[in-house]
Amino acid sequence: MISNFAKAGWRFKRPSVIPGFGLTLGFTLAYLALIVLIPLAGLVWRSASLGFTGFWNVAVDPRTVNALKISFGTSFVAALVNVFFGVIVAWVLVRYRFPGRRIVDAIVDLPFALPTAVAGIALTSLYARNGWIGHLLEPLGIKVAFTPIGITIALIFVGLPFVVRTVQPVMEEIRKEVEEAAATLGANRFQTITQVLLPGLQPAILTGFALAFARAVGEYGSVIFIAGNLPYVSEIAPLLIVIRLEEFDYAGATAIATIMLLISFFMLFVINLIQAWSRRRYGYGT
Amino acid sequence: MDVRVSGVRKEFDRFPALHDVSLDINSGELIALLGPSGSGKTTLLRLIAGLETPTDGKVFFGDEDASLKSVQERNVGFVFQHYALFRHMTVIDNVGFGLKVRPSNTRPSTDEIRRRSSELLDFVQLSGLEKRYPAQLSGGQRQRVALARAMAIEPRILLLDEPFGALDAKVRKELRRWLREIHDKTKHTTVFVTHDQDEALELADRVVVMSQGRIEQIGTPDEVYDKPNSPFVYSFIGESSTLGVRVENGELWLADRPIGLKSELPNGDASLYFRPHDVEIVDGSQACIAGTVVASRRVGATRRVELDLRGSADRVEIGITADHPATEMSGIAFRPKHWRVFPKN
Repeated sequence: MISNFAKAGWRFKRPSVIPGFGLTLGFTLAYLALIVLIPLAGLVWRSASLGFTGFWNVAVDPRTVNALKISFGTSFVAALVNVFFGVIVAWVLVRYRFPGRRIVDAIVDLPFALPTAVAGIALTSLYARNGWIGHLLEPLGIKVAFTPIGITIALIFVGLPFVVRTVQPVMEEIRKEVEEAAATLGANRFQTITQVLLPGLQPAILTGFALAFARAVGEYGSVIFIAGNLPYVSEIAPLLIVIRLEEFDYAGATAIATIMLLISFFMLFVINLIQAWSRRRYGYGT
Repeated sequence: MDVRVSGVRKEFDRFPALHDVSLDINSGELIALLGPSGSGKTTLLRLIAGLETPTDGKVFFGDEDASLKSVQERNVGFVFQHYALFRHMTVIDNVGFGLKVRPSNTRPSTDEIRRRSSELLDFVQLSGLEKRYPAQLSGGQRQRVALARAMAIEPRILLLDEPFGALDAKVRKELRRWLREIHDKTKHTTVFVTHDQDEALELADRVVVMSQGRIEQIGTPDEVYDKPNSPFVYSFIGESSTLGVRVENGELWLADRPIGLKSELPNGDASLYFRPHDVEIVDGSQACIAGTVVASRRVGATRRVELDLRGSADRVEIGITADHPATEMSGIAFRPKHWRVFPKN
């Protein structure tokens, strides 16, 4: 008996009271393969037809590099802005009871539901030189539509609900006692928020950031209307892919896509690592 | 620091939680606020801390009117039932938090904060756990951290809200004794809330018994146990038996016979309260309470019997010695040794 135990060591499947591990894991893997992995592998396979030099030429082409810079740069800025305002929106929704709260709560979800092209057209007409907001900014020398600033605004629009909806439930769970404890220890409101509440929300904020960022990198519909799509200036990588497709340059399109995929995967992976680390440290999910 | 609560009333949305409560706490005292849930004990504690503002009345720390000060300015140490530790900070950072958030002119240096925090952790017997996070500690350890954190700010008064309520029975008893030791060493004026009478009687210098937003009785553990001043205190603290009786010309009567107890109440219906274990068994020929045993069970060193009384619908419990020959259906007569009688409301 004893030697049996000693030999057992690590086993792939441990006896468990929850049945169906094999079945559900098998289903999960098959499903992920069918929906996610096989299409992505096809993408990489297709771009491999360029050969290494062909791939490298696409990767270092200034137009590609600029498109990628614009895509990831604007997405990053948009996600940062969303973190800042999304946390405030979540705070207001969680902490205060006011007439119309439910309506505001529902409005937050609109960017999820609206076809993003509609949002793009609406934003463009607002921020264009003769639009409601655009004509106010024009005399100040600020151009929004058809510049990276316009792209960022569109991406802020589509990413907002991701931050609000990930932070909100965690914020709801903060016990009032923790704030009261900080107050009895002499912390003022500002110290309580910056040193007690926000650090506790950090894992949720990171998740919201990652989701908003990932969503923004892949966004196409709303951006192409407001971006103006000038190569090297306001052309995003997803648009460049579509342009290549329209030129029947499938290999070139998939090459850009593969580069995007690699960068996105790397960034999300790093964010996940940070998250797992901070969750473990603060004892969430225990 | 003396604390004086004077004529405090508190309403939540017109619902009264405290009616005109006054309480004097002497410097260095350990006071228990004892009562069932909904009695207003936690509200009173939070009013002293400044976590609630009174609808009426004032709270004084020494001669100073604390009602005018915010929670932050009152400098009270507050310990919560569910610890309320900061989960993203290590144990030592939790303890040092109160010093770290002080304005720069009164804030000790980083090294000094660290030194004082680890001293306090030594004091609450948690040295070696400085780098842990709250999630990695047991309930008892977390509550010790919470206490160290509250003491770090050198509070003028220490307030504990059901400090042992979330812990299991064994840890609870340990911490109870330990808290008493800490109090004897530090001499902080301490107020704690509990619904556990054993805890209150064992730990406190004085017990404040509360019910329905009012203070029923304030006294030493001996006073509230031996001389309860109301039917509520009599039945809430310790075990008690109640019997409906009648006062006639200074004597207590049960149905058609006197029971040999005197009272100064005016004639009329009344309730007799006594402790079941504090009775003397007599023979049925004198004035006494007589009944038939309907149930009997062994409780520790004694035996408890339930009596069906002649001439009363009430059943009462009394304690007898384990070797007493009474069995079911046998008659037994007794007289309470200590008792109180309250007019029927």
